[in-house]
Amino acid sequence: MLTDLSLAEALDGLDRRTFSAVELTRAHLDAVEQLNPRLNAFITVTADRALDQARAADDARAGGTAGPLAGAPVAIKDLFCTEGVRTTAASRILANFVPPYESTVTAQLRRDGAVCLGKTNLDEFAMGSSNMTSAFGPVLNPWTRRDDPSALLVPGGSSGGSAAAVAARLALGATGTDTGGSIRQPAAFCGITGLKPTYGRCSRWGVVAFASSLDQAGPMARTVEDCARLLGSMAGYDPKDSTSVDRAVPDYRAACRRSPKGLRIGIPAEYRLPGMSAEIEAIWQQGIAWLRDAGCTIVDVSLPHTKYGLATYYIVAPAECSSNLARYDGIRFGERVEADALDQLYERSRAAGFGTEVKRRILIGTYVLSAGYYDAYYLRAQKVRSLILRDFTDAFAHVDALLTPTAPSAAFAQGEKMTDPVTMYLNDVFTVPASMAGIPGISVPAGLDRDGLPLGLQLLGRPFDEEGLFALGTALEQAAAFSYRPSIRAGAAS
Amino acid sequence: MALEPATVRRIARLARLGVDDTEIARLQGELNAILGWIEQLGELDVEGVEPIAGVGQAALRLRPDLVTDGDKADAVLSNAPDRAGRFYAVPKVVE
Repeated sequence: MLTDLSLAEALDGLDRRTFSAVELTRAHLDAVEQLNPRLNAFITVTADRALDQARAADDARAGGTAGPLAGAPVAIKDLFCTEGVRTTAASRILANFVPPYESTVTAQLRRDGAVCLGKTNLDEFAMGSSNMTSAFGPVLNPWTRRDDPSALLVPGGSSGGSAAAVAARLALGATGTDTGGSIRQPAAFCGITGLKPTYGRCSRWGVVAFASSLDQAGPMARTVEDCARLLGSMAGYDPKDSTSVDRAVPDYRAACRRSPKGLRIGIPAEYRLPGMSAEIEAIWQQGIAWLRDAGCTIVDVSLPHTKYGLATYYIVAPAECSSNLARYDGIRFGERVEADALDQLYERSRAAGFGTEVKRRILIGTYVLSAGYYDAYYLRAQKVRSLILRDFTDAFAHVDALLTPTAPSAAFAQGEKMTDPVTMYLNDVFTVPASMAGIPGISVPAGLDRDGLPLGLQLLGRPFDEEGLFALGTALEQAAAFSYRPSIRAGAAS
Repeated sequence: MALEPATVRRIARLARLGVDDTEIARLQGELNAILGWIEQLGELDVEGVEPIAGVGQAALRLRPDLVTDGDKADAVLSNAPDRAGRFYAVPKVVE
C-alpha cells in the first residue's frame, strides 16, 4: 500500500521510479475521499491542484531538478495562508477567505516539491485541545478504544485534523502549529510524531496569528526522520517575520543518526502530578529506562515554577489573542453583518463570526489588558514567564534535554472535559511551560494504554537544539518500536 | 476579583463583541471560573523579577525604511465584504 509508506520510504520509491508522484498522490486522494467523510480531518481538499503539483514533480524528477520533497503528498493545517486556496482558521468569520498570498512555510514546502493535498481542520483559530471548537465540526480520532470501539474520540488539538490525517494514512506528513501544545498533544493522541521548533526557527509570516509570542509552525509525521525532513524545508530565516532567527538550517536528517550516548537527560520532579494516572507514570518510567539503555545519563532536575505555567499561559495567550483578533472587524476581509452604525457593524460581525471559546479568550484577554487590571494580571504573568524561562535555563546548565509525558491522559471522547473551560485547559499542563520558554519539544509515540490508545513521550531541548531532539527521539522510537496502527486508516476494512 | 454583569458588558464593549443579555450570566460564570483559577499566580513573590513579553532577541531587527512591495489594490481588496472602487466601503460615520 502506497499510503502505508513513511515519507522517507515514499521519496525513496519515487527516486527509484517504483511509482510516480501522480500514483502516490492519487492513492492519498483516494484515501481522503474514502475516509474524510468520517474523520472530517480536511476542511478543503485540493485534488486537482495536488495532481498538477504531482505531475510537475514527476517532470522535475525526469529533468533532474527535483527538490528534496518532490512528489510527497502532505496536508496543511488550515491556519497557513495558501494563495488562491480558501484559508478558514476553522472559523465562520474566515469561512470564505481566499488569501492572495502564500505563507513562507508552505511556500518553502512547495519550493522543495511537496504536493499539497488540502487544508486540515483545527480548533477555531487554534484555540483548543480537542478540535471540538472548529466551526467546521469536530475531527474524529482514527484510533478507537479496544473494548468500546463505538466511542467517538477526539484527536487532540489544535492541530487535530493534521494529526488524524497522518495517523489514518491520508497524508505522508502535515504541518501543524503549536502555541501551548497544539502539535505535541494531538501527535500523542493520534500515535504519531510531532515537533514544535524553537520560537523563531520557522517563519510565522502568513500563518493566521493567535498568540504571536508563542505561535510556532512545525512538522507532524509518522516517524522522527520524516519530521526531520519536513522541518528541513519548513525552517529558515525570513526577513518578513521580525522574530524569525537568522541562523543556518542544520542537516536534521543527519541528526537522526547521531548517537545519544553520553547525553544527560533531566527528569523534572514537578511533572509528577498528584493523582496522575499510573499508566502515564509507567510509560514515563519506560522512557527513562529506554534512554538509559541507549547510553544516556538520567538526572533528577527541578523546574519549580511548572505549576504556574498554565495560569500564566491563560493570561498571556488570551491577551495576545484579543489584540490579534481585533483585525476581524467585518471591513477589510472576513464575514460582515450589516448595520447602520460602524460600531454596531463591528459588534455584530464579531458576535456572529466567532465561536464560544474564541469569544471567551477575547474577553479574558481584553480584561487582563484593561486599565486597572493590567499590572495585577498581565504584568504579573510576564514576570512569572521570566521565572519559568529561568527554570529551563537553570536546568539546561546541567542536562542536555528533558523527558516528560506529553499529555496527562490518552485521547478522550467527544464531549468529555467540556463542562468547564479549565478542565480542558489542563490537557496542556506538560506542553505549555516549554511554549512559554520558547524551547523546542518533540512528542514520540511510546506505547498503548489499557484501552489500546497511544501515549506519547515528550523531549524538550535547549533553544535551537532540534538536532538533539531528533537524535533522542530516534532513540525512543527505536526502543519503543511503535508499530500499532489505528483501526480507521486507508486500506483497512471498515 | 469576581466580575459583575456590568463589567462583563464593559469588557465586551471594549472588545467590540456583541453580547446578548441572555449570554451575560453564562459568560460571567465562565470568566469568573477562569479568573479564579488564574488567581493562583498571586502566591508567587515576583518582586524585582524582570517581565518578559517574549523569548526572542532582546531587540527586534531594524530594516531600511523602503518600499519593497505594493501597488496591489485589487489583491488587497479581493476579500473585502464591500468596496467602492479602490476603497473599502463602511457605513456612514460622519454626519
